[in-house]
This record gives sequence, C-alpha cells and structure tokens, in this order.
Amino acid sequence: MSRVSRRSFLTASATAGAGLIIGIHFPTKAQAASAEVFSPNAYLRITPDNKITVTVARSEMGQGVRTSLPMILAEELEVELKQITIEQAGASTLFGDQTTGGSASVRTSWEPMRKAGAQAREMLLSAAAEKWSVPLEDCKAENGQIVHSFTGRKASYGELATAASKFAVPKDPPLKAGGYKIIGQSVPRLDTPSKVNGTAVYGIDFRVPGMKYAVLARCEACGGKVADFDATEAKQVPGVSFVGKISDSAVAVVADSTWNAMKGRRALKITWDDGPNKNLDSAAIFDSLQRADESKVVKFFAAGDVSKAAGKKIEAVYQLPFMAHAPMEPGNCTAHFRGSECEIWAPTQVPQDCRDSVAKVLGLKPEQVKVNITLLGGGFGRRLEHDYAVEAALVSKAVNAPVKVTWTREDDMRCSTYRPVSLHKLSATLGGDGWPTAFTHRFIGPSANGQKGAQPVNGVDSDFPDEASFLYPLPNVSLESVTTETPIPLGWMRSVYALQMAFASESFIDELAAAAGRDPLEYRLHLLAKDAEIKFFDTSWNTARLRNVLKLAATKAGWSKPLPPRRFRGVACFGCFSTYAADVVEISMENDQPRVHRVVSVVDCGLVVNPNILDQQIQSAVIYGLANALRAQITIKNGRVVQGNFDEYQPIRMNEAPKVEAYFVPSTEPPTGIGEPPLPPLAPALCNAIYAATKKRIRALPISSS
Amino acid sequence: MANFTLTVNGKERNVDVSAETPLLWVLRDSLELTGTKFGCGAGLCGACSVHLDDALTRSCITPVSQAVGKKITTIEGLGGKTLHPVQKAWIAEDVPQCGYCQSGQIMAAAALLAKTPYPTDAQITEFMSGNICRCGTYDRIRRAIHRAVGPSRAAGGVK
Repeated sequence: MSRVSRRSFLTASATAGAGLIIGIHFPTKAQAASAEVFSPNAYLRITPDNKITVTVARSEMGQGVRTSLPMILAEELEVELKQITIEQAGASTLFGDQTTGGSASVRTSWEPMRKAGAQAREMLLSAAAEKWSVPLEDCKAENGQIVHSFTGRKASYGELATAASKFAVPKDPPLKAGGYKIIGQSVPRLDTPSKVNGTAVYGIDFRVPGMKYAVLARCEACGGKVADFDATEAKQVPGVSFVGKISDSAVAVVADSTWNAMKGRRALKITWDDGPNKNLDSAAIFDSLQRADESKVVKFFAAGDVSKAAGKKIEAVYQLPFMAHAPMEPGNCTAHFRGSECEIWAPTQVPQDCRDSVAKVLGLKPEQVKVNITLLGGGFGRRLEHDYAVEAALVSKAVNAPVKVTWTREDDMRCSTYRPVSLHKLSATLGGDGWPTAFTHRFIGPSANGQKGAQPVNGVDSDFPDEASFLYPLPNVSLESVTTETPIPLGWMRSVYALQMAFASESFIDELAAAAGRDPLEYRLHLLAKDAEIKFFDTSWNTARLRNVLKLAATKAGWSKPLPPRRFRGVACFGCFSTYAADVVEISMENDQPRVHRVVSVVDCGLVVNPNILDQQIQSAVIYGLANALRAQITIKNGRVVQGNFDEYQPIRMNEAPKVEAYFVPSTEPPTGIGEPPLPPLAPALCNAIYAATKKRIRALPISSS
Repeated sequence: MANFTLTVNGKERNVDVSAETPLLWVLRDSLELTGTKFGCGAGLCGACSVHLDDALTRSCITPVSQAVGKKITTIEGLGGKTLHPVQKAWIAEDVPQCGYCQSGQIMAAAALLAKTPYPTDAQITEFMSGNICRCGTYDRIRRAIHRAVGPSRAAGGVK
C-alpha cells in the first residue's frame, strides 16, 4: 500500500455510497450463535444481556461523529441513544476507507449506518415472529424491543439476539423515508461529560505500562538532515535513557518523563545539514508563483467559450499564504514494537495509512500492525498525515519498549505540513448591459496531492471536484489550474482548495458588483436568478439552493435594513463538499483593521442529522476561518518556518470572537458535508465588508499584512 | 531530582522530580492526572490551567517547587465528589467540540466566578481571553458561564 493518502480516494468512495461496507464482512451464523452475539454487520453487536454496541469507524476530532453516526443507526434499529454503547473502531479491513476528512463522515456513513440498523431490526422482527408463531407484519420494533401488536407481547433485543442471528442478513432492508424520531433532533453529544470532567482520553493522555517518553529533534530546515550530533550532555540529564538518530532528519531523546526528554533534547548538540533549500524564503516562493509556466494549464471546468466573449474586461490577482492547522493537541503517538508486531495508539484521521506506513518502515505486514484511534484534540487536516506514527514506531523499535512521542507546540508549528500558497488570476468580460458574460479563474499553486505522489484524475487534482466549483451559471466560464512545485511540505487544511478558490472568486464577484455600481447581494442574486443545474464533476449543483441560502443569510442579517453608524457588511457564498453556504459579516474598522461583530452563516447541507452539532460546526468553521483571514500566515526564512508558538501564529480568542448566528435551509435531500463548507465564504465576506467600509480591496491574505 | 510533597485535589502526593519540572508534567506524567492539557508550554493558550490556592495558574510554566505547600486543584478535583456548577453548565450548553482545551476553559471560568460571581459579558471576555479554543466554542463558553451564574442571580435577583 502506498503512502499516498487515502483522501484522494474519498471522492470515489463517497459516490459509491451505500454498500460501501456492509455485505462483505458478516460473521458466519455459526460464529455468531456460538458467541451468543448478534452481529449482523461490522457496526453492531447485541448480546443476550441486552447490551447494544455501535461501532464508530471514523475519528472523533470534535465534529461529533461519536454522536451523529450512532444516531443514524439507532434511528433504523429503533433504539434510544441511551440504550447503546459506543465503540471506536481501530484500523480495520471491515469498514472500507476509514479516513476522516473531506466533510465526509455523515455523508458517506448515512446509507451504511441506516442499513446496518435496519438489517438488525428486520432480523429481530423475524426472530420474534418465529418465537411467537405470529405473522411478521403483526410485529413492530420500538424502543429496543419487538412488540406484537395484537397481544402486546414484548421481547427485548437482547432476548431475541441469539435467535435473530440465525436468520439471513437482508441485503436491502426497508429504510425510513421520513418520520424520523432521532435524526433531526438536537441531541446532546455523547462525549460531552467525559470532556468536562477530565476523563476523556486523547492520544497525548494515553499510557501503556512500562512506557517511556520521547521527544525528537527534527531538522527544521525543509529538506535538511542531521549532519552530526553529540549526545554526551543529553545522556547526562537524569532520566534520559536513549539518544539516537531514528531517521536522516531526526534524533530521538527517550526518558522517564516528557519533561526529562525535553531537557535532554535541549542538552543535545546537533549539527544540521540545512540541505538544498537553506536560502529559500517566502518572497522567492511567491515570486515562483508569478513566474509559473502557464503553458501547462489544466482547464478543469468549462462552460461556453470564454475566448469568444466580447466586451469590457476586468482583471484581478489574488494571493494566499501558507497556513498551519495548529490543533490544540500537539502531535503525539504511542507505539509498542514487539518484534513481529507493532501496536499504535494515535490521534489520527488516517488509521489505515498509519498501519500501512508503520508496517512498511518496520518491514512488517499491515496485519501485523494494530492501530488504535484515541480522541483527537482537533484535526483540521493535520492528522491526515502519518509522520507521527512512523517516528513513534521507529523510536519504540530503537529502545525495544513502548514509547510515547510528544511534539511541542514549536515542533507542531515548524515540522508540519502546510496549506499551500496560491496565486489566482481572475478575469471577467462584461456584456453590453454590464453583466458578466465570461468568467475565468486560473489557480496557480502547488498541490498537496501532487507533492505526495497522488496521480491527478483525468489530469485534474483529485480535490478539485469537491472544492473548486463555480456556481454562477454564466454563459462562458473557464476554471483552470497550473500546478507548481515547492519543497515546503504540504497538507490538506480544513476546506482545502475551497478556502483559496472562494476567497478569490467571491472577492472578484464583489469587484464586478462594485464596477457595475450594484449592491453585492442583489448582484449575486441576479446572477443566480434563473434555476439552473450545474454539473461539476459528479456533483449536480442547483442555483436555486444557493440562492435560497443567500436569501436566508440576507434576511437573518437584516441586509435590507440600515446598519448602525460605522458598521459595514459583506457577503459571500460558495459551494463545496456538496453543501451550499453563505456568510454575511458585519464589521467596524478600528486602527485600520476590521473588528468583526457579527457573522450570519447559513448552509444547505441536505437533511440535518443533529442541529446541535451543526451549530457547533458552523461556529467552529467561522472562528477558524476568521483566524485564517485575519492573520494566519506561515512564512519561510532560510528554508525554515518562522512561526513557533501561539504568540507568532495567533488563533482567535474570545475578545475577537464575533457573535455567530448559524442557520440551515431545511431539506430532505441526503446529508452532505458540514465540517468545512461554512468556512470558505468567511474570508471573502469579511474582505468585502472591508471594501464596503474603506473602498480598499484586499487581494492578499492575511488581512493584517495587506 | 528531589522529593516533593504536593496537595492535589485534597490528597497528599509524593513525587520525585527535578525542582524546575513544570507542574503540568508532574500532574500528567507522575500523578497520571491527564485532564490538565499541554497546549503550548509557554503560558499562551491556557490548556494547562489549574488552581493554586484558588488562583488560576498556568501549570506549564510553573515549576513544581512553587506548588509545594499550596492547594492544587485540577479538573479532576474541581467539583470534589460531584461536578462543579461550571461543569454542569458546560454539559447543559454542550460546549465541547474536540474538547482538548475545555479543562483549561472550565478552570478559568471557575476562577472567574469565584472572584466575580456575577460577571458582565465584558468581564467574561476579558478573563476568558487567556484561553485559546481552535474549535471556536466561545459563544457556548459564554452561555455556559452565564448559566452557571444562574438566571435569577444573573438578573441581580439574588445576592
């Protein structure tokens, strides 16, 4: 298995939808019966003591999968959430791709989880009907039991478990078309109590008996390596038991506590070979985007022919910096190498990648590596990598003991992967009536997928279909990309290309509105006025749904009403991960910088499984997006990341957090993504508000540097 | 290395560590109280917040030697045998997302209310801005703090 991330595979599995998992991994009837465990599929076990266990095969990183996914199954199983126990799956072969990313957990689990619950329900119904010798249709499932309608006889799922497991698993059990009892309810998260009383176990909290603690000195110059090191003083630090090179670019210090390992690292003398990029800096990187060879342009979406549109041309260039994910839980991983096997405990979004890459580096088979998933203290894409697992495994092997490797905040900031820089060339042609007849968006920048060796699909970066749409149905549209290269390690950061594409295109639409002398909301609504379907790769987008999202945002924000003195508004909308989103941002200007007072954020993400979690995700996307827009910027000097801690890379704190009002357009369509879609419109809506306030157009993020 | 006797959540605990070891790592590695989190190691994010004699303290930059003789309270001991009103309010408002920063947020909120039982929005903002949440739970944190105060007290009805 290659080290290429599975993220690129997500699109394929997402469209595969139902049947992704179920149907191939059922325990045999004999096994189930002998164990007295009713387990019609990998997601569910019911034992005779009436314990109902639901397995969550995605990682919980704050987005609520340990609540929302069981809700979906419980709905069809006809049990209350309080009746079930949640179990976290580790890396497995039973669940298909377990990558947690691409706002995909609910949208790809929707069918399998419903089907898993429905299969069990149907088999339990059959068991009851047989037990009571009554017609199947006279039995119904409710609240964790089967009830015989005429006699009122009842049997709990536990009582029926053994008998139910003898029935064949139905391939296509009937699924509800509505009338949901759990789905759609604002159910409190099941993981909240443990996160409030200190008992929740994140990767960094995990411990194994006899475990040692390690930190690594990694080469911070990108592409550099260890030339030489002197461990004499480090080894004299009390508690330090091992100092040694574990790769070309890292030296591990192992001790009896995290602090002693850190002390040992401070005493370590390393001579770095800064490598081929030792003179690289941010200016040179942006310069290389300007000078990119645009003859290798890929046109990944076209409507009409932009070259044939005649009229006044408007052009603008936008730019975005590198950004760091900076989840609150710094990188960490615990590994226990035991000769012919290795066990990993990791806060990871990619358990299967961890398994495969650890197996490869240790010379083991994937089945000899067991990967357990802990809670994740934030992910945002950083944990789509598997570097932390590989190095923990190597350190464990080096000291022949279980080891927890902890990254410091500076390690996390400087030895990470980064949202790529990008340059965006936009142009529009205005027809005789002043409305645009042609729109071109050329993206120029390096690709995380490309750097990791993922092959483009039909020449197109595999992330573009979910993240790079343009939903105004203009007669002539060309979306183009020029992929450049950079030695700076790249990763997928929350909303990935969507943040970049939306910042450029939704700022530019605002420029067009301003050039036409029109209200930016009215301008967008006019462009979206006609019902149209836009086929963007495999997704069919509807202008009507985007229009409705925009209209609801405008209504809730009071767009038509006057603002208080010195307050200004901006709007933007975007579609990604099959979800429509619009933000209205209200600001004032203080010392030339925006102060965001209020954000109205509206989505249409199909059926909402849990409005409580939806609200959290929207709040989160807005606050995260606000930091991205205002000042998130990783700069490079001498081939190294300059920023180290939260004083140099400053997240939003409460004193800057605006009032966020989250709304959704009710829908009965299947659920789509929510973790990422509310984020992309934030930056352009904010910059558009700044334009409304100052008539100054922000064309480069972060705003604080513009 | 030296031996220190600490009073943590009402219990005496002995640890053998060097004197400059931050209290954070003593709590987490020596005493297995992992509810207190490592976020930045520089007193910038508040994830490591504990109470030292009721004062909100960044345990990541507090040497263990400075905690000797003081009453150390962590998230595990905040409410004694039950949950602290702030923790109950946190559950009622369903505040956490990833949850990693929440121990520190709760310790900060409890310290705020101990000093300022009826905080205004401005006082909440000022006090709580020392703690970073990357999931953006600030709105619910604010609501939970108001809830912990209680509606009648928040309205000034009960003193």
